[in-house]
Amino acid sequence: MKKYFAFLGSLLFIVAGAGAQAPSGADVLRHIDKNLVLDKAVMSTTMIIHGRAGTRTIRSKNWIEGKDKAFVEYTEPAREKGKKMLKLGDQLWNYIPEPTDRIITISGHLLRQSVMGSDLSYEDITENKKLIDLYDANVTGSETIGGRNCCILELRSKEEDITYDSRTLWVDTERWLPLKEERCAKSGKPIKRSEILEVFRVEGRWYPKRVLYRDLMQNGEGTEYIIDAVDLHAAIPESQFTKAALKK
Amino acid sequence: MLTLKLAFRNITHAGLRTWLNVGVLSFAFVLIVLIEGLYDGVLQQVKDDMIDSEIGGGQLWQKEYDPYDPFTLEQSHAQVSAELTQEIMKRNATAVLIASAAIFPRGHIQSALLKGVDPDQKIVRLPAFVLRQHRQTHAIPGLIGARMAKSTGLQIGDVVGVRWRNAHGTFDAGDIEIVQVMTTNVPSIDKDQLWIPLDTLRAMLRMPGEATVITLAKDIARVPAHGPQWIVRDHAYLLKELIENINKKKISSSFMFILLMGMALLAVFDTQVLSIFRRRKEMGTLMALGMTRWDVVGLFTLEGCLLGILAFLAGSLYGIPALAYIAARGITLPQMTSQIGWAIGSTVYPHYGLRLYAVTSLTLFISVIVVSFLPTRRISKLKPTDALRGKLS
Repeated sequence: MKKYFAFLGSLLFIVAGAGAQAPSGADVLRHIDKNLVLDKAVMSTTMIIHGRAGTRTIRSKNWIEGKDKAFVEYTEPAREKGKKMLKLGDQLWNYIPEPTDRIITISGHLLRQSVMGSDLSYEDITENKKLIDLYDANVTGSETIGGRNCCILELRSKEEDITYDSRTLWVDTERWLPLKEERCAKSGKPIKRSEILEVFRVEGRWYPKRVLYRDLMQNGEGTEYIIDAVDLHAAIPESQFTKAALKK
Repeated sequence: MLTLKLAFRNITHAGLRTWLNVGVLSFAFVLIVLIEGLYDGVLQQVKDDMIDSEIGGGQLWQKEYDPYDPFTLEQSHAQVSAELTQEIMKRNATAVLIASAAIFPRGHIQSALLKGVDPDQKIVRLPAFVLRQHRQTHAIPGLIGARMAKSTGLQIGDVVGVRWRNAHGTFDAGDIEIVQVMTTNVPSIDKDQLWIPLDTLRAMLRMPGEATVITLAKDIARVPAHGPQWIVRDHAYLLKELIENINKKKISSSFMFILLMGMALLAVFDTQVLSIFRRRKEMGTLMALGMTRWDVVGLFTLEGCLLGILAFLAGSLYGIPALAYIAARGITLPQMTSQIGWAIGSTVYPHYGLRLYAVTSLTLFISVIVVSFLPTRRISKLKPTDALRGKLS
């Protein structure tokens, strides 16, 4: 009898303990934001676009500071080399080098246009906002993706002016990265999907190494976004985030 | 009077030489009227088609709206005022809401304009009533033009994915079923655009009661009160670019005008030079009989002018029936001309105004007088004795 009570007691303890550990949607979002939102970073990235006309590889160097500042300089291939992009708040500028030598303002619906024929829009590529500030989250289930235990997180926008009204995330419950994500329109129709194919550890946080983005309304095979190197302590001069830096 | 009689007798007795000149001159005259008439016809047709299918009796644009600046489109919507709503109810106007979107025909992304139109409108010649038709699917009914159908590969019954952003900037997506492909001569209501019911688009964009453009009825007596959000765009404004374009085309086609006129005038000039050379003794005789040098110059110039008058009469004789026939039957254009961007139908009907006829005739006369006179200047230095001996001094 004593043994029976002891077993029951330990079972209750385990169940209660497990219940206490199950994080809420908001907790999961905080974990994700802690991993993905960068205060400051300099990154080297590769974008592999699987388009209708074949596969293109574009390399770039990226400077990020908070949610409002981003600067991208394309380094490869030769025809894209020297092109730059600056984001300051809601404003975005593109620079095309000689012989055109022009700065083009990207705003309004142009922010939704694809970047160099990829499955990523200008908004997608420069997004660095905390999900917790934008969405309410509910854990609705669990699933295993690539051998990793994931919880399914349903996000609903807190305000009306959010780009994607809802999102579904499959979040690795150990590394707190959304291994799969579907971004949905107001009607609920999924319009973009991302899958983290590789991860790596940097400065104590897990970060995506290789991500496959797909515009679900198109027939393409998607765009791979690879982070080749990241430096979270690089000194970024204030002048990096100015229009003058575009023409340097 | 004597000079006139003499000039007339001279050119009638010149026989074939005169009639060849008259033929060439009249042919150039008729051809110039036809070409100019074609341009005027195109302009008239394009204007009529644009008025019927797009601009009606004029439009009111939301103050931010600029069709050539896509940056303005997101702000180009405003509540339709009570006065304008009344005019819409009375069928004196119709509202159109415009938004940019991405469509995915056969899975490929393409930019497009979504245009919301009242399916019951009768203001412009747009088959919007098809948007009320019963459909097999729950997709939004859509109407496209033949150019859009060609560029996207869409046909009646096809369902195409569409993505847009509502007034708050949030992405939304849905499907549009093509219920009709319209044939229109007006590219600006066809190219890269999808027409859907106005109320549906307002709901999709979260813009209840709003519009981008209000098109007024052709027979509306006055522009209704519209408030500060709306700017009046009359025919002069809406057709300005079209008229400028056609006038530019007219100028670039003046090469043809110069060529035709040049050929005809060269014939007259040659005839005059030859006449002066061959009729030296006649000139000497006329001067010996008491005519001054300038009387002889006048005679020869008058002969040239008479050629112009005869050419005008001959041209009118065969040209008027021929031009009238072409105006009635029209000229069928090759298919490629529909790509030039104007609202041209497959058949162009020339339009000959009185002004065109008068200006062309006057230009012909003045040119003939000038080229008839130029070779005769040598006569003013002619000595009668030399002329009688057959010499030109």
